[in-house]
Amino acid sequence: MRQYGLAVWIIIVWVTISILGPFLATESHTIQLQVILNGPDMHNWFGYDDLGRSVFHRLLAGSLTSCIVAFTVIAISVTFGTILGTISAYLGGVVDLIVVRLIDIFLAFPGILLAIALAGILGPGIDNVVIALSVVGWVGFARLARAQTLSLKHREHVVAARALGTRKRIIILRHLIPLISAPLLIEATFGIAAVIIAEAGLSFLGLGVQAPDASWGSMIRDGARYMLVAPHLVIIPGAALMIVVLSVNLLGDRLRDRLDVKTDNMEQD
Amino acid sequence: MLRLLITRLLSTAVVVLGVVCLVFLLIHLVPGDPVDVMLGENAQMADRQALREALGLNQPIGNQLLTYIGNLFKGDLGQSLHSRTPVSSMLLERIPATVELALVSLLVACLIAFPLGIIAALNRGKAWDKTAMGVSLLGVSVPNFLLGPVLILLFSISLGWLPVSGKDGLASMVLPAITLGTALAAVLSRMVRSTLLEVLHEDYIRTARAKGLSHIRVVIFHALPNAMLPIITLLGLQLGVLLGGAVITETVFSWPGIGKLTIDAIMKRDYPVVQACVLLISITYVVVNVFTDIVYGWIDPRVRLGDRS
Repeated sequence: MRQYGLAVWIIIVWVTISILGPFLATESHTIQLQVILNGPDMHNWFGYDDLGRSVFHRLLAGSLTSCIVAFTVIAISVTFGTILGTISAYLGGVVDLIVVRLIDIFLAFPGILLAIALAGILGPGIDNVVIALSVVGWVGFARLARAQTLSLKHREHVVAARALGTRKRIIILRHLIPLISAPLLIEATFGIAAVIIAEAGLSFLGLGVQAPDASWGSMIRDGARYMLVAPHLVIIPGAALMIVVLSVNLLGDRLRDRLDVKTDNMEQD
Repeated sequence: MLRLLITRLLSTAVVVLGVVCLVFLLIHLVPGDPVDVMLGENAQMADRQALREALGLNQPIGNQLLTYIGNLFKGDLGQSLHSRTPVSSMLLERIPATVELALVSLLVACLIAFPLGIIAALNRGKAWDKTAMGVSLLGVSVPNFLLGPVLILLFSISLGWLPVSGKDGLASMVLPAITLGTALAAVLSRMVRSTLLEVLHEDYIRTARAKGLSHIRVVIFHALPNAMLPIITLLGLQLGVLLGGAVITETVFSWPGIGKLTIDAIMKRDYPVVQACVLLISITYVVVNVFTDIVYGWIDPRVRLGDRS
């Protein structure tokens, strides 16, 4: 139990330093030529990068990048995916058929391949990263929302609401979405971890944030060139990324146990 | 069986068509005029016109799509804007390296995942289970663009055992395969665990135990073969992790495969090559999945009988 508590604390710290990032990371662009590639020491625990910028400050700035991208992409994906998935399952018929095919088509692109292609074609930049990851992200939520709605739409309370002449919009909003919110919340938690990795991955490939702005992925990319002399440039942002992602995944696991969603259903999806 | 085959093939055809359309549309997502982006601002009017015509961008979009699909059927994927060579021959050159890497990674993943999953399932809820699943969670949380450089740092730079990057003999394959394999192993070990746990409740396992067979014998000869079917199907789906991850892993290790080609083409704004790479990877993924689906239905009668009702 204690290890899950730690995970939550790490996430709180991550979000807090991200929000405070602009005030804390005041020196993320400050170049100090005399400390180029200096490793960690007593005065600066995280050392300096290839331009003599404080790795600590860049880490804070990168934290903000990952936080903004993660929460924006998940908010867009959850909203769009849930609405499309529930409507499609509730209405059925031709609408459902089209939505299912659409989901299948998007699922045909493995991993973040489509996001890589989109980000590459739209051009680098954080806004295009958000667009690319949202285009890929909604699919999982739509599929989950659809599957859950299909199993719920013949429940008594929905039938009763329909018999009372409740409008479809109200049924979906009041009688279906609240019931499917638990599995969606779990999926969203794992989704945040996936988006953090995806953003860092795109930035690692040079398709994400552009210099001089910082992202953990672009820090790893830049640091990899100096691995021989300054391994801390890869290890520090890498460790930060890993710790945050691990914590979010642990939280997701914990939520899954806590909310007692049928594990079998989740895994089949 | 035939019915299953036909419905699966039909729905696959729809998906493949959708994928082709989406990939075709990619070039129209280029902000502004794709011709300007490719040639730069200072290009001559005549050059622009020539490129526009070569890409067919002056045609109505419907015609462009039809031409694109028509050319695909002929195996014509267009021409690289950079090297002026046909894209199809570029792809053919790169396919073996990616296939090699994918297969070896798959092997690595299985070698890690099966012992881990079996240990976890047999010691459900105990310390062994928690450790094994902890390792798996760690594996999911370490992206391959981090694991790759760390492995290079450890085994190539510090210890000097293995080459840093490139493709030169068996030794150069070790690190990329481990990088790509662990990501898959993390997911796979969880699946092995949960499938095995389901199977272990079955009656025939109790029978085998009652016969007095040893614990190991029951697991290896009675539980695992029955757990294999779902695992194989899931493995097909997880091929996506492998193919998607290959793009980044190949870039990290300068592995001359399709993934590296994709990224290089993106950097050079060589859009026809990008489109072809994305198309090839996705269609491979779709085809492999349909294949596992059909084989699964063929091996396990419950699937095709369930499909009919």
